[in-house]
Amino acid sequence: MSEVQDLYQQVILDHNRKPRNFRKLAAPTRLAEGFNPLCGDRVAVEVELDGGVIRDVAFQGTGCAISKASASMMTAILKGKTVAEAEETFTQFHRMLTEDRPGDAPPALGKLASFAGVREFPIRIKCATLAWHALHAALAGQAEPVSTE
Amino acid sequence: MRMSRSPSGAPELAWDVERIRKDFPILQQEVHGKPLVYLDNAATTQKPQLVLDALQRYYTTDNANVHRGVHLLSERATEAYEIARTRVQHGLHAKHAHEIIFVRGTTEGINLVAQTFGRRVVGSGDEVLITALEHHSNIVPWQMLCEERDAALRVVPIDEAGEVDLEAYDQLLTARTKLVAIAHVSNALGTVVPVGRMIDAAHRRGVPVLVDGAQAVAHMRVDVQSLGCDFYVFSGHKVYGPTGIGALYGKTELLERMPPFQGGGDMIKSVSFEKTTYNDLPYKFEAGTPDIAGAIGLGAALEYLEGLGRDRVEAYERDLLAYGTERLSMCPGVRLVGTARQKAGVLSFVVDGVHAHDVGTILDREGIAIRTGHHCAMPLMARLGVPATARASLALYNTREELDALVRGLDKVREIFG
Repeated sequence: MSEVQDLYQQVILDHNRKPRNFRKLAAPTRLAEGFNPLCGDRVAVEVELDGGVIRDVAFQGTGCAISKASASMMTAILKGKTVAEAEETFTQFHRMLTEDRPGDAPPALGKLASFAGVREFPIRIKCATLAWHALHAALAGQAEPVSTE
Repeated sequence: MRMSRSPSGAPELAWDVERIRKDFPILQQEVHGKPLVYLDNAATTQKPQLVLDALQRYYTTDNANVHRGVHLLSERATEAYEIARTRVQHGLHAKHAHEIIFVRGTTEGINLVAQTFGRRVVGSGDEVLITALEHHSNIVPWQMLCEERDAALRVVPIDEAGEVDLEAYDQLLTARTKLVAIAHVSNALGTVVPVGRMIDAAHRRGVPVLVDGAQAVAHMRVDVQSLGCDFYVFSGHKVYGPTGIGALYGKTELLERMPPFQGGGDMIKSVSFEKTTYNDLPYKFEAGTPDIAGAIGLGAALEYLEGLGRDRVEAYERDLLAYGTERLSMCPGVRLVGTARQKAGVLSFVVDGVHAHDVGTILDREGIAIRTGHHCAMPLMARLGVPATARASLALYNTREELDALVRGLDKVREIFG
């Protein structure tokens, strides 16, 4: 399989075509925007927190297949997780994208392992992590939009 | 080169693109295991060996500071630097060499005019007029000026094809307009703006005009005297020269009246702690040691272009653009963005259901370099209702085969995205 095919896995293309949780929340308790000035991608992430638990999470915005699919899969995987678990997932996800020696993706990442191919496209790592940075900012309660720069 | 006969019977050199490509060493390489197809020329062009040699020669044999030394090397460096200035003068068909100010590039040239001339002529309640096509570098310096002077930035709208609405332009030119700043060629769409007509209209109202020629000089003959523009700015690296150098043309009488941009060495005649007398043109605007090698490289690049023949370059590129337009128009799912009647060098497009960034990544792995994104023209993208486009931009060394490769690359995009 070529690196390009490895990047655009079927599961990623599917989430790009039919993004999950692509909507506004009725009563978000946290929200943050992410912006990638390089390509103009924007994503707004909304979270409904209940205690330390993510009751609901959704996103809206425009972006490439990688950023959209990443945002979509993020919302799908984090619903019901605690804030600490979400942060840990982001850390593992980020490590998978940036680590020099690729190993097997941690099982906790589940379908997110399909983004491992992004590692071969360093310029696209920001696309894959845009929504995650916004989520991180939302959970931290930051008001300012986050930028990948 | 082979000789052939033009229809008029005069001998003319045939355009041998394969031979021209040999002048550009960087093109002879593979990327990701595929021959490099470089279609990002509106971002920056590649450099011919002649330019690389000029840089090498300068640093190897002539390097010294200019306009100061009594020694031979300084004399040689100064002479080469000033010859470069006359090459730019001739390239733009300016009346005087001292009307050419070396700057870092188009951005610095526009900022220079905004911060010196602009501050003098734009006051509270006045207006600066630009078009919806502008690059950020011809928006932000004016925004900064308007904010400082409590003036307003007005924008001439464009139509769906990417052409400037000239009727609206005429209406927006009012007694409040103190300056017009317009792109000669749009970097994002390739629209050739009828700047001559727009300059005439502005001048009838006594309004000075700056033309951003960053995307024009590589593609067409520019004659600042026949255009009548007050300022013309361009970047060296987009006309086959080095980065870090560009030129600002200004009419003598305006440059004379303008205060200096930056203070320092070279821009003075005499300095005491009480008073400094500024140098004559063009040195008044060239504070500090300039990019001497860059200027020489730019001079060499313009010499290269002239040597090929500006008319022949233009004719070849026109043919190439028409070919690319036709090929892309026939690509399923591809829509060209920017279909002005007069265009130069740019094929901007979107692919149905595929973000430009993904198009760019897939093409890159096919060896094809294009630009994707907002092209430093975010207001224009907003006007066109697209977050981003893919942009293939042409140079005199590109070929029809390369455009065929682009089309095959787009087939691949469709194949992956289904």
